[in-house]
Amino acid sequence: METARQLDKPFLGTNDAAKDKAINERDAMTQDTPYPDQTVGKPFVDNPKMCLRDVDVFYADNQAIHGVSLDIGKNEVVSLIGPSGCGKSTFLRCLNRMNDTIDICRVKGNLHLESQDLYDPKLDVVELRARVGMVFQKPNPFPKSIYDNVAYGPRIHGLANKKYDLDEIVENSLRKAGLWEEVKDRLHASGTGLSGGQQQRLCIARTIAVSPEVVLMDEPCSALDPIATAKIEELISELSESYTIAIVTHSMQQAARVSHRTAYFHLGRLVEMNDTETVFTKPEHDLTEAYITGRFG
Amino acid sequence: MSETTEKVRKTLARRYRSEKRFKAFGIGAIGIGLMALVLLFTDIIGKGHSAFFEHEIQLPITFDAEVLDVSDPRDEEQLNYGNYQGVIRNALAERFPTVEGRQDTRALNQLVSTGAGYALRDMLREEPALLGQTRTLWLLADDDVDLFLKANEKQREDSRLNAKQQEWVAELEASGETHMVFNRSLFSYGDSREPEQAGILGAILGSLFTMIVTLVLSFPVGVAAAIYLEEFAPKNKFTDFIEVNINNLAAVPSIIFGLLGLAVIIGLFGLPRSVPLVGGIVLTLMTLPTIIISSRAAIKAVPPSIRQAAMGLGASKMQVVLHHVLPLALPGMLTGAIIGMAQALGETAPLLMIGMVAFIVDLPAGPLDAATVLPVQIYLWADSPEQSFEALASAAIMVLLAFLITMNTLAVVLRKRLERRW
Repeated sequence: METARQLDKPFLGTNDAAKDKAINERDAMTQDTPYPDQTVGKPFVDNPKMCLRDVDVFYADNQAIHGVSLDIGKNEVVSLIGPSGCGKSTFLRCLNRMNDTIDICRVKGNLHLESQDLYDPKLDVVELRARVGMVFQKPNPFPKSIYDNVAYGPRIHGLANKKYDLDEIVENSLRKAGLWEEVKDRLHASGTGLSGGQQQRLCIARTIAVSPEVVLMDEPCSALDPIATAKIEELISELSESYTIAIVTHSMQQAARVSHRTAYFHLGRLVEMNDTETVFTKPEHDLTEAYITGRFG
Repeated sequence: MSETTEKVRKTLARRYRSEKRFKAFGIGAIGIGLMALVLLFTDIIGKGHSAFFEHEIQLPITFDAEVLDVSDPRDEEQLNYGNYQGVIRNALAERFPTVEGRQDTRALNQLVSTGAGYALRDMLREEPALLGQTRTLWLLADDDVDLFLKANEKQREDSRLNAKQQEWVAELEASGETHMVFNRSLFSYGDSREPEQAGILGAILGSLFTMIVTLVLSFPVGVAAAIYLEEFAPKNKFTDFIEVNINNLAAVPSIIFGLLGLAVIIGLFGLPRSVPLVGGIVLTLMTLPTIIISSRAAIKAVPPSIRQAAMGLGASKMQVVLHHVLPLALPGMLTGAIIGMAQALGETAPLLMIGMVAFIVDLPAGPLDAATVLPVQIYLWADSPEQSFEALASAAIMVLLAFLITMNTLAVVLRKRLERRW
């Protein structure tokens, strides 16, 4: 964890002069380094699960995402990293149209889940969200029982007709989320009574209970302690066998540990995307290198 | 010691002083409030407690078929037209054989309430075998006798009873032929011109029917409006306009709603006057803004993370609202509704406008029967010249306050009980 702290707080323990110098350097870097006209690295894959081209997102007149194009492959874990406010969460929320709930938000571009246009006016967003599930930053179980939390999705979509089927879905989902052993004796206790890490795994179980094809995770570990984080990360690796996962994270260690490919966002632009190992060991772009070495963030 | 510490220390004393001052103001304010409350309660309970009891006079009553002019007690018509005052008069004349002369006899007969005759009729109906028998019975005393008996020596000098009546009553009292009982008529009758027969049951029933109409109309409408405005309505100038006007509605003087009820509901739609249905509709208009505003606040307090979670699972807007927002917001909505109801329960002015101020003796059986409500009944009694009505008004205030306190307590308990943490 020591390295993580150094990366998160690069100026810790330095004197003021050094700090000023570093800040100046950083400012110079962000101002002077030009954005690449095209994303460097390999943002595209063959036969992608999700194919996203020239995505622009506006909040009223403010453009938050500038022409981002990338692919997410089948059963792949893609992590989106970048400094705060770079648009990675906004981008992620486009993938299951959660941005629809924000009145002033507009999305342009071609977004496809396999052959399905995500922003097709004829597409029912309910159907889309059953295919693309989402796990949020803060664990947000419903104030209902553990069982009802997991059963909620299957119930509203009518996935199980019999109590027996529903029980099976709940058990399987909780098993996949690694929570079954801990909660099997108290399925009817409130979901809000669990610890933070358990709550987040409950939220993951709830998401996978509707058998989505893609799972979006928006900083799923930011509210958790290291042990709970480790459990979630382990879980992500296991889930990637059956699901396609896109994860936004602030922890570069996490990105390095769990993802196959990594995309680096900077001020609304996709600067670089490549195999995770390449991004962290041989970044092509200066901005990427500056970020992963902790010179700003 | 550093310079800063010294500076801080200098200001500390002043800071603590102002803190103490602030505390003292707060305690003072609460003290004034509590004092007002204590004064109010002492006054009302002091005046009203005696109205919960009434005096009865013991008399041997002979159910004489001839005097009563009742030959068959099973015949309802004969029973209703029986001369019960006659048997009471006879009994009184027997008890005070020395009383002579028209004027004195009348004065003597005034000691017993006119309502006592109805009690005798009811007894006879229950037990037809009573005809021809003599029973020693407790009969309801007239309100002036009641006041005289409740009064102390000094107050007795101002009694409305004349000297002879006072003498008779004192004699009855001394020989134990009077006693005090719980005032059952207060909770079992409607209004009456005679204080000892007047009750608040009619007003309570009127209030109940009015409240039911108000609740049935205002809660669903208010909650539906709040949900639409919070969850579905687009944010534009028009919805802003609506929001401002809902707040305006809350500030409209209630008598205006009464005028509206009179002009539109009674005048235009032709609903009858003085009925709880119209009262309920008028009070609905008054309660709606309270319910809408508190329901919106309750909906706003539902964390957005819950909404997002449900939406992320593919719940439709309606499902998010029905399955998640509504259950979480319901305690707040109910609290708002109860507080709105409590306001409506105490409302008088608009009901005066729609004629619920009429003198109504019969108990209303439904929202379409003419009725009055508790606060209006209090207003009517407080306005009456008879002295006994003063105590009755205070007693009715106590009952109204008891209802209001119960409702407010219920709101608090409900909020505490149903409050969820997330």
